[in-house]
Amino acid sequence: MKLWKKNLLLLALALLICVVPLAIVKGEYGGADDKAESVISEIRPEYEPWFKSIYEPPSGEVESLLFALQASIGGLIIGFGFGKLSERHKASEKK
Amino acid sequence: MANNRRPELTHLPDGGCCFFREVKMRLKTGASKSKNSVLIEKYMQKAAVVLAVVLAFPVMGAKAMHIMEGFLPPGWAVAWGAICIPFVVKGFFSIKKKISGNSRMLLLLAMCGAFAFVLSALKLPSVTGSCSHPTGVGLGAIMFGPTAMSVIGVIVLLFQAILLAHGGLTTLGANTFSMGIAGPFASYFVYRLLKKLGVKSTVSVFIAAFIGDIFTYIVTSLQLGAAFPDSGGGFFVSAAKFLGIFAFTQLPLAVAEGILTVIVYNGLKKYSNAELQALKAD
Repeated sequence: MKLWKKNLLLLALALLICVVPLAIVKGEYGGADDKAESVISEIRPEYEPWFKSIYEPPSGEVESLLFALQASIGGLIIGFGFGKLSERHKASEKK
Repeated sequence: MANNRRPELTHLPDGGCCFFREVKMRLKTGASKSKNSVLIEKYMQKAAVVLAVVLAFPVMGAKAMHIMEGFLPPGWAVAWGAICIPFVVKGFFSIKKKISGNSRMLLLLAMCGAFAFVLSALKLPSVTGSCSHPTGVGLGAIMFGPTAMSVIGVIVLLFQAILLAHGGLTTLGANTFSMGIAGPFASYFVYRLLKKLGVKSTVSVFIAAFIGDIFTYIVTSLQLGAAFPDSGGGFFVSAAKFLGIFAFTQLPLAVAEGILTVIVYNGLKKYSNAELQALKAD
């Protein structure tokens, strides 16, 4: 099998793993860290966080912007890298 | 040593060392600099700038399933921080040694770092009905060693804590330990072990990335369990509660991370096999 076909199949599989829970499990899909917080308050009801985050994104929209930015810049670099690598690969094959 | 060929030194008994030695020699003599390789080197230097951007910029958006700001008592916060210091320092020098005089390695390291940033930006739904994200440190650990990922991990976590209110400055040490030390070391040793046993490299990469991801969250759960022992059952009961949240949510996501890591690894193997061999990650 060609590499790109193999990788495409693998990608589809990874996607499936993430989509299937959405279809079969009803949940709020909040963060696992929020759940951990509630367990802590169960175990030690008197516990107060002793330090607050120094900055919080003003809204969910701004937060998702930062998210998308992070993923796209990371993807950009990986793509750039593969572009360079494949160009070099081709050059060395011609020799 | 012949200077006009690319560093495909796999036939040498001591591949990694020779590779670096030759690169050093080439840099000194400049004999190998055909037009082509000069061009490539230029591009690699640009890649160095890109790396700086990787390290400084994209980590801002990560939604971390790490220990929340202020949620570790001060004693624990300091202790975990202290434990991390030697790993991060070792990692810094290890990175320096591996990429010095070799811009190709720098490009690969930048890609490994970028991979961790992409994956930690992806909050994925899981079978438990809540979301978490993969860590993406397995790939870099396999290629550049676990301590190199300690450095990348601490940078990711620092920016998350400062700009996104995820994880936290007071919990930076504990989170670095789980994501930048425990996870990468697990990936690294699992990969080496499987390779020694003769397991196919893609399968080894998958299992190593999977274990690294799961282990990160197991350690997070144990850290919380130790800091907040259950009043009745102590450490174990409490750790089990946190495991129930973090580890089970993480299981399918770790499978996804394993698959994504294999995809990138496949590409690297095809286009950059010489470097993978030099890093003993082929």
